[in-house]
Formats: sequence, C-alpha cells, structure tokens
Amino acid sequence: MWTLGVDIGWGATLTIKTIVILAIVPMTALVFGYVFLLKMMSHMQSRLGAMDPGGFHGWFQLIGDGIKFIQKEDVYPEMADRRVFALAPVVVVISTFLTFLVIPAGPDIVVRNLDVGVFYALAVSSLSVVGVLMAGWASANKFSLLGALRAAAQLIAYELPLLLAVVGVVIQAGTMSLQGIVGAQASKGIFGWHGIGFPFALTQFVGFALFLVAAQAELTQTPFDMPVAESELVAGYMVEYTGFRFLFFFIGEFGTAFAFAAIAATLFLGGWSLPASWGIDPGVMRFLGPAVLFGKVMLVAFLMFWVRFTYPRLREDQLQALAWKILIPIGLVNILATAALKVAF
Amino acid sequence: MSTTTPNLPDFDLEPGALRHLAAAQMGVELDTGDMILNLGPQHPATHGTLRLVVRLDGERVISADPVIGYMHRGYEKLTEFRTYPQITTLINRIDWLSSFANEVPFIDAAEQLMGIEAPPRARYIRTILTELSRIATFVLFLGEMGLQVGALTPAFYGFRDREHVLNLIEAVTGGRFHPNFNRIGGLKDDLPWGWVNETRTVMGKILDACDTFEDLVAGNEIFEARTRSIGIIPPEIGAAYGVSGSNLRASGVDWDLRRDGKPYLAYPDIDFKVWTHTDGDSFARYWVRLQETRESARMVLQLLDQLPAGPIKAKVPRIIKVPEGEVWTETENPLGQMGYYVVSKGATGPFRVKIRSASFSNVSILPWLLRGLFVPDVVTVLASLYFILGDIDR
Repeated sequence: MWTLGVDIGWGATLTIKTIVILAIVPMTALVFGYVFLLKMMSHMQSRLGAMDPGGFHGWFQLIGDGIKFIQKEDVYPEMADRRVFALAPVVVVISTFLTFLVIPAGPDIVVRNLDVGVFYALAVSSLSVVGVLMAGWASANKFSLLGALRAAAQLIAYELPLLLAVVGVVIQAGTMSLQGIVGAQASKGIFGWHGIGFPFALTQFVGFALFLVAAQAELTQTPFDMPVAESELVAGYMVEYTGFRFLFFFIGEFGTAFAFAAIAATLFLGGWSLPASWGIDPGVMRFLGPAVLFGKVMLVAFLMFWVRFTYPRLREDQLQALAWKILIPIGLVNILATAALKVAF
Repeated sequence: MSTTTPNLPDFDLEPGALRHLAAAQMGVELDTGDMILNLGPQHPATHGTLRLVVRLDGERVISADPVIGYMHRGYEKLTEFRTYPQITTLINRIDWLSSFANEVPFIDAAEQLMGIEAPPRARYIRTILTELSRIATFVLFLGEMGLQVGALTPAFYGFRDREHVLNLIEAVTGGRFHPNFNRIGGLKDDLPWGWVNETRTVMGKILDACDTFEDLVAGNEIFEARTRSIGIIPPEIGAAYGVSGSNLRASGVDWDLRRDGKPYLAYPDIDFKVWTHTDGDSFARYWVRLQETRESARMVLQLLDQLPAGPIKAKVPRIIKVPEGEVWTETENPLGQMGYYVVSKGATGPFRVKIRSASFSNVSILPWLLRGLFVPDVVTVLASLYFILGDIDR
C-alpha cells in the first residue's frame, strides 16, 4: 500500500480510493470546463468569457452553475420512459468513473494496475454509448432519437481506429498495462541517448494523430459533434435533460475528455513519469507524478479543444467515410510497420 | 408599372448532381416508414419563427413544407392608417438586419408620387448608409453560416465586425437597428464631424475581415465538403420561384437592380462589379455574399471620395399630402429584390401598399430545394439562403 508506508488494510484503502475517484472526476470536469470551455474558447472568439463570479476571471462560474443545476426541478418529459430516462446519465457517468480506475498518476498512485489496462480503459469508455442510446430513446423526442442513433453509429465506427492507434504502442512497449507502458517510455532511450527517455509519440506519431482524431469522435466534439449538433438537433440526445441530470452529462462529457487526454498522455507522452536518466527519486515522483501528468494532459487537451473551437462539423456519412476509408487503413498500415520494425530492431 | 426581369444564363448540371431527388423518390416508392420532424418554430437553424415540417426517411428529407406567419404583424394593413412620415418606422422592422435599406424604396415611391427629388448629397448619404447596412447584414451572414455548419467561432467575428458598422450607422442616425432616418425629400441630419474618416478606417477593417473569412471559413475543407454541390438552384427554377439577390447571382444570373434596374440613389455614378458564381450551391451563395461585402466596402470608399456638398433636404410642404397616383419602386436590398407598390388617393397616408420582400420568395423554393437532402444539409441550405423572418412575414 502506498499510504506513506503505513499499512491500513484493504478495506480502508478501497474507501480512500473510492472517495478520491468520486472527487476527482467532477474536479477534472470543472477544470476542463473552466480552462477550455469558458476561458480558452472565449479568448479565441475575441471575448473575455465569465469575469465576475468568484472575483478572479470568473473561476466560480461553473461551480455556481453546478449549484444552480442541483436546485432545479426534476423534469420528466410527458411521454418519457421514466426509469430509463433517469438511468441514462448515470450510465454515462459510470463509464467515465470506470475509465479513471486504470490511469496511473504516480509510481503507485493508481486504483488498479490491470495487466490489460489499455484494453479495459477503451472497453469501459465505450459503455457511454449505451447511456446515450438510452437517453435518446427514453426522451420520446425526435431530435433526441436522431442524435442518439447518430452517436451510436459514430462511436462504433470510431472504436476501431482508436483501438488500432493503441495497438502500435502496445506492440512497441510489449505490455498492455498502463504502468508498464509508462515505465517503458521512462527507461528506454533513443539510440542510446537517454536525455528525454523515449516518449512513444516520436515513433508512433501516426498512432498519436489517429488517437486524437478518434478520441475527438468518441467525445463527440467538433468536427464530429453530430450527436449534439446544436444547429441541427438543438442538443441531440440531451435535448430533454435539465437540472442535475444535465449536470451528469456535463461531468460525463468533460470527465471523459480528461480521461482520454490522460490516456493519450500516458500512451504517447510518457504519462506521469519523467525520464529515468534525470534520476528523480521514486518517492518524490509520488508527489511530482500527478503534476507531471496534469501538465501533459493539459497539453493534449489543448490540441483537442483547439480543434473543437475552430472547425466546422462534418456530415454523418462523411464521418463514416473518414473512419472506414481513411483512418482504419492508416491504422492497419501503422500496425504492420510497427510490427515489422519491432522484429527488425 | 415596370419591373425588370433577369436574363438567364446557360447552366450545366453535373451528371448526377440531382441524384438525391431520385433517392428521395425511392424512399417513397419502397414505403419505408417515415417520420415527421418539426424544425421550428423554435429551432436554432431557423433564426426566428420559421417552421419547417419535414418528412424524413432515416435522415433523408422526403418533403419539406415551410409554414410561415408566426411573426405576421400586418404591416401592409397598418400602413393604411399611418401618414407617410410615420410609415418608415414600420418598414424599418421588415428586414431588421438592414433596416435602412428598407426605407429607401418606400421613400423613393413617395418622392416619385410627389415629384420631389432629394438633393445629391442626400442621395449619396442614402447610398452610403444602404451599403453600410448591406455590409452589416452580410458580415453577420459570413459568421452565422459558419455557426450553422458547426463552427462556433466565426459567428463571434461576424458580430464583432457588424458592431463596427452599427456604430457608424448609430453615429449618423442615432439608431443602431432602426434608424428611421429618411425623410421625404432628403434626410433628417447631415453626417457628423469626423465620420468620413472613421468610415474609411472601418471599411479597411471590413476588407481585412473578409480576407479572414475567406481563409478560415470558405477555405476550410470541411466547410467546402459540407456546402459544395449541396442545395443547387438552377437559374430557371430560381427565377421561376422569384428568388432574387445574391441567391440568384450565385446561380450565375448576372442581374443586380443597382445596375440593371431603374436608376436610383447614386448607383449610376459609381463603378462596381456584380459578382456571380456558376455553381448555384450553398458554397456559391456564401462566396457571392463574401465578394459583395468587399464590393460594398469599396463602393462606400468610392462614395465617400465623391460625396458632394450641399443641402440634405429638398423643399417639402409642412404637411405632406401625396397626390393621387400609383407607383412601383424596387431596389436591390441585401436579401434580394425589395419593392413597394404604393397607391395614393391624395391623402396624408397611402390608400394601399403592397410590399414585395425578398425572403418571402427566397424561402418559397425550399420545398423544391430540400427534397432528398440530409437533415444536416437542410440546415446549411437554410443558412445559405439567408432569410430574415421579419422579411418573410412582414
């Protein structure tokens, strides 16, 4: 157990871990919502965004919004399937929570270091599509239904390039455990030079680009935001949701964005680790690790949100064509090349 | 009553360009279950209260029927109970994005009936303000179109540039949206001090902004993929439905009332190019409006250089009574051809006014245009036709 050398037993550890995860997911959604949605987007659009709440650059805005959402009346549409309608946002948020379980933030700061960590993360992250379908169907709204069906088609199409992008890293690292992948990047060197370790983004740049594109589609962000396309479907599967159920979707959206950015940072940029050659004590990394990971996550997320705020939206058939005709072939070629080089070197 | 009609060019459709019509027909024949979707009256894409009843097969549109009238305010009837100077207040609110341009043809009609001509300086200032309101309308369109295609950011740039122009209009007229500045025989006031130089600066900004829009919106691959060969209006069909303005010019019809109509304002005195595009699709409509924004900015600069001195108002009687008669005036407004048919019986107000507004006719082509498209394309086509609800419902 990593709790500063004190053995506190599995029950207490589990409780602590649960509380930490429960606190962290809304926190990440808050940070992303504030930094990117409120501030970065505003500045890219030649405006300031929220400035008053909290006194300093509107930092309190989202917390205030959250409090407002909780106070709202719990509204069900008249024709809605009430139970499914209520359950849908929970399913989406659960998928987000589950994804966080395997993301390592330090040498032993991880809820569960699964041997099939990558596989697990991608599997549970696609659970959210079930929640989205439930939301769209149970709302008894035509816009919701269209949005949900779009989301389902889109998430299935982009699951594949996402997986193919990751396979290259797995081949190179020789492990599917996220901790193992982090370790491989920290300890290896580039042709004997150990200055910056060996972030896989250097060799797997194709995979990195694929991962970012596919993650953008998984997160239903522009240019792949047809499921929530506000100029066409008003808000897609979220049309009928208000109050704290909408808050759940919000947390799910931005929490998952954080999770995907964290997975990308872990797989391609070395995760929480600093290069082993810098000789930083593992004890220090316990405290430094989360900060390093956070920095890398913000970097990846900046790229993702930059695209989100600048690009127009594709059409559903164009999106499918992009996935099946371009991204998947590129992913397959990338795997072939990686495997061949792995054998050669 | 004389009205001009456009000469239609030859128009070659690419083979298969209207394939989606056949696909829609197939959906009907195979009788797959369809769904009726109400786009509007409250929907972000219909910017206002247009309602589209769309029959869908999957996401493909089988038929689309625009339902209008949610904003009908009865202006044609109201004008019969107002005096001529009062009516400009009403017609300001027809196309609220370019209010000043609405006043011009009506005032023109009244002046023609009374046999008064506005002094040259007034005509020039009217022309400048008309072109400014054209710019204010179009820069908003340039951003708004991005928004409808899914890019959030251009809309804010559109509003920013519109703000510059609205400030200019406000400085002259005192009103940002509804200037109500025209008087029969001239204008209410002269230009304020320093306005001419300020306008020159702002026109520079607008020209820069047009370059930005050309690079960032029209030059974007996804934007092109979403708008090219979508919503093609062949010229003869467009003309048959009464589509006018930039929408018709985007189909290759070289027809602009500022040049081809009965001479009005100061347009005969200045050089300008009438932009056309050969494709007739959503992209062409965007491109044509982009070029026309530039052209308008250049026209304003030209008008400022030639601005004559002199009075801004002709001699008019204190109580305006318009002699008996009928007159039809039409102008090239930002949204298209706008006309007033004014019948006077010699009273202080008109006996009957028929308002021909551009958006009403532009929207009438929607049932023809939307068949066979996908729902996302419905939104881009609506955005590219660029209608104002007040201009449809009056």
